[in-house]
Amino acid sequence: MAVASERVRSTAIEATEFPELSRAYQVMAVPKVVINDRVQFEGALPEPEFLGAVLKASASDAER
Amino acid sequence: MAILTPQNEQEIRNVFGQLKDPVKLVVFSQSLAAADLCAQNEQLVREVAALSDKLGVEVLNLAIDRERAEGYGVDQVPAIVVEGARDYGIRFYGVPLGYEFSNLIDAILVASTGEPALAEATKTALAGLTSDVDIKVFSTPT
Repeated sequence: MAVASERVRSTAIEATEFPELSRAYQVMAVPKVVINDRVQFEGALPEPEFLGAVLKASASDAER
Repeated sequence: MAILTPQNEQEIRNVFGQLKDPVKLVVFSQSLAAADLCAQNEQLVREVAALSDKLGVEVLNLAIDRERAEGYGVDQVPAIVVEGARDYGIRFYGVPLGYEFSNLIDAILVASTGEPALAEATKTALAGLTSDVDIKVFSTPT
């Protein structure tokens, strides 16, 4: 998605190497995805659902 | 001792046969904090980059090359920026072993081809984004 859009940035974080970050985002099971620090889910989502989460996170920001 | 096995290398070389544009792997390390992890990260990236002449590696220091780090938005180490024809905003924090390793190879491939393997509907929806999206994916090596 990061390649598809200039607005999307994608960061993969190795949770055990960054325990403070993992704690801050309450990472208890992996993989865990956090979008715009507001929408999150654990486990892999099929592409349409993943897109749904991205759009939801993006819409919340656009409304501000 | 090498991190990648000869079998890993052969599999990756096969995938890298699809590479198009050159990809630069910018690695951020630091000599004090997480020194062992940074060294391991650098070694892994160099081993991967050696598998294709379209891949280049640049190793920077988080403290000394602070402006470059800020430019990439990198504030932790070890970090890898996967940059194709342009910076697509792909970052890896931590040594990408296990699950993340295949993501690193995929990231290199997609940054090189510039063609995301997404459905048309997804690409259309992303083209309509009106604000920035930051996606963080947490995983572990096992």
